[in-house]
Amino acid sequence: MKTQEKIEYKATSNACKLCSPLGASFVFRGIERSIPLLHGSQGCSTYIRRYLISHFNEPVDIACSNFTEETAVFGGGANLKLAVENIIKQYNPKLIGIATTCLSETIGEDVPMILKGYNKEKFDENFPEIVSVSTPSFSGTHIDGFHGAVRAVVDSIAVKKKISTKQINIFSGMLSPADLRHLKEIVSDFSTDYAMLPDYSDTLDGPLWMEYQEIPEGGTKIEKIASMGDAAASIEFGRILAEEESAGKLLTDRFQVPCYSLGLPIGVNETDAFFNALSIITGRPVPEKYIQERGRLIDSYADGHKYVFDARAVVYGEEDLVTGLASFLSEVGIIPIICASGGESGLLKQKILDIIPDAENIGIRIIEGADFVEINEEAKKIDPDFFIGNSKGYRIAREMKKPLIRVGFPIHDRLGGARIIHVGYRGAQQLFDIISNTIIATRQDTSPVGYTYM
Amino acid sequence: MTNIPILKERKKQIYHKGEGVFDLTCDTKSLAGSVSQRACVFCGSRVVLYPIADALHLIHGPIGCASYTWDIRGALSSGPELHRMSFSTDLRERDIIFGGEKKLYASLVQLIDTYRPNAAFVYCTCIIGIIGDDVDSVCKRVTEEKGIPVLPVHSEGFKGTKKDGYKAACESLSMLVGTGSVEDIGKYAINIMGEFNIAGEAWTIKEYYENMGIEVVAVFTGDGRVENIKRSHGASLNVVQCSGSILRLAQIMEEKYGIPYIRVSYFGIEDMSKALYDVAAHFKDNLGIMKKTKEIVRNEIDAIYPDLLRYKKALSGKKAAIYVGGAFKAFSMIKALRSLGIDVVLAGSQTGNKDDYAVLRDMCDEGTVILDDANPLELSKYCIEKGADLFVGGVKERPIAYKLGIAFCDHNHERKISLAGYSGMINLAKEVYSSVTSPVWKFAPAKDSFL
Ligand code: SF4
Repeated sequence: MKTQEKIEYKATSNACKLCSPLGASFVFRGIERSIPLLHGSQGCSTYIRRYLISHFNEPVDIACSNFTEETAVFGGGANLKLAVENIIKQYNPKLIGIATTCLSETIGEDVPMILKGYNKEKFDENFPEIVSVSTPSFSGTHIDGFHGAVRAVVDSIAVKKKISTKQINIFSGMLSPADLRHLKEIVSDFSTDYAMLPDYSDTLDGPLWMEYQEIPEGGTKIEKIASMGDAAASIEFGRILAEEESAGKLLTDRFQVPCYSLGLPIGVNETDAFFNALSIITGRPVPEKYIQERGRLIDSYADGHKYVFDARAVVYGEEDLVTGLASFLSEVGIIPIICASGGESGLLKQKILDIIPDAENIGIRIIEGADFVEINEEAKKIDPDFFIGNSKGYRIAREMKKPLIRVGFPIHDRLGGARIIHVGYRGAQQLFDIISNTIIATRQDTSPVGYTYM
Repeated sequence: MTNIPILKERKKQIYHKGEGVFDLTCDTKSLAGSVSQRACVFCGSRVVLYPIADALHLIHGPIGCASYTWDIRGALSSGPELHRMSFSTDLRERDIIFGGEKKLYASLVQLIDTYRPNAAFVYCTCIIGIIGDDVDSVCKRVTEEKGIPVLPVHSEGFKGTKKDGYKAACESLSMLVGTGSVEDIGKYAINIMGEFNIAGEAWTIKEYYENMGIEVVAVFTGDGRVENIKRSHGASLNVVQCSGSILRLAQIMEEKYGIPYIRVSYFGIEDMSKALYDVAAHFKDNLGIMKKTKEIVRNEIDAIYPDLLRYKKALSGKKAAIYVGGAFKAFSMIKALRSLGIDVVLAGSQTGNKDDYAVLRDMCDEGTVILDDANPLELSKYCIEKGADLFVGGVKERPIAYKLGIAFCDHNHERKISLAGYSGMINLAKEVYSSVTSPVWKFAPAKDSFL
């Protein structure tokens, strides 16, 4: 007898994910003079702004097409066009990045259609580029919105002029501004030109203003995006992303730009792969500066290895971040005993197994589509040594009286989320120092002796 | 002057006191593309109901609405903390196509079994209004099966403004009111309404009233409990703060139970004292209450006055910009800041109405800019042009202030410091003082000698 397929319904409690328009907004904040525009109702853009502002402590303007009841019935075309016009008048942007929302998707809005035949003439040469991406919040998570927006930007702007360049395209993934700065430094140190998308290293982490800035300075230049079709190669981070549609693959398919799909460069192993790729593409050796940096990092691994050995970590966040952190933790002898993500690509388990082949024997729990209540239940079963992830895990860590090491996004309860470096040898150094010292401090504080040395 | 552009359509919502006739447009939907600081209908409902700590708050829709509102408000509870959880039906593509009712039902049953709440609120978000789920019947069914009130909140994001969300929440609350026993409620009993117990403020206010000899039946909704709300129709007066958010419920209670209401504010010495005196005056058959009230007010003011003078000396002559959710709060802030010697040069709100703005205009000095539903560009423009030293607002306004090298005081629901009552007035002074007089501003680009 055929068993009837039964769908099991369950509420999500304290979600370990955000919705896709947030990810797209990130990307559109990282392009020169660009403004994100959410096609939907007012709440989403304000909530997303608030969420980003609490992390970055920077102004984050995100416009909205402000659906009303009539819009929901008769379509949002007029509102969208009005929004575009008002944005142009207020911000004079070079690019408007339109992301849809659950509302506009549900009523079946077709943004490219709406914008077709749009009367650009009345804005003469000041009419900005418009890129749109479909980001219904009922499918995928914020990271899908992020990668989707990157791809949409490349799709509509990149061309091939058949000028061979030495440019390397970098698709970093959802990293911190400090990470982006570090990546740029690394690529520059290979004496090569690059185009990194997005680049919110200045727009979401800038100094106080001498004069008012409608749109903070910085961001990937549109010309740079246009030239991506002529690049020598693309590098794209994310082992999960490697299996999905992406900007890098689009450039390969359309313009034959070779794409290196690598894991997020967190820890020595994954960073080595990144440096190797740079060496191959540029034909240059790894600069001495990084050999030294790597050397110091490994030296500290030696100094600290015993303190962290067999420590058990609960890791959560976006799937690619979790995979990257698991790679780093396991290379220093820490067991990422729970690897959890709100994402549901169906690939997390395999990717963790690729990095830690005996994960299942060690008892590592890999949970896709997790929420924080589930993570909490699992964590209680295993008494971990620490949590590592965004600030939303704080309540569980607090309840279990375990330290939380804050990485990724969002970090709403500490300063400096934008300044955390996760990637490269430098990022691994920071992470390793923080983790070892957290473990050492816990032992010191709970020791009856209270040693004043390690 | 700056060259920051103001949209033509927005000019109607900006008024410079002393220039031209006063005819501010307000109570309208935000302009597309303007980057409003407002949120949606759902947000309005969530603000009002959120502090009810022993109720389940289930957000029906895709995940975003729930994720962004998880534990973002400092509404404290003295007991259960169910309100600090974020529950969502987390609708997916197939639910959009086939409807979300089954998932809503299953989620409610599962969550009620797990958390045993005393009531449940189901918030409808944008797409619920489109896919046509019959949320009312699901709620009804679960009410019958589980024996607790399960109340729909019709807060589809696009169906109006934040204010409509307040109304939707009030309507849901009104279904609870009147369902409990009022047997042991005395004659001098009030409900505190529109007080959300941010940083424990409701506790401070409640204590004042109790010391006056007044019984507080329910607080709407700070440190809220379903049981108290059910019996709140036993009070003889509703004391309504932050009028926009909960006024509708006070009106319903007046119509249905004949309970009169008064409007108050607990911010600043002047308004705080008035809030106590007005309640005492209402119970004029009991002279003891007024006597106690006078005593309390005197003692409280005496206790903070010396400190207040000290702060005033340091802050006199500074200029402030205020941008808040409800206009009523702006009134109190203007008075409170004046008592610290600070002049207000910009005042605005997300949801003020015509009457509110008329009051605001009368209160403000010549030259003050009054804004309805402003956006970041406008706020920046007038802060610069008016030379503000301080910005009083919420998280979304904070980076604007800091980028411009202006001090900031958080007066929104995220604050962790109580600003209500007499002790709150001193906290406010401290907050303002610690930002305005901080030495870090000497490094702000405009003043930095290094640059
Ligand atoms: S506008 Fe709609 S989808 Fe957006 S947060 Fe509000 S209710 Fe949710």
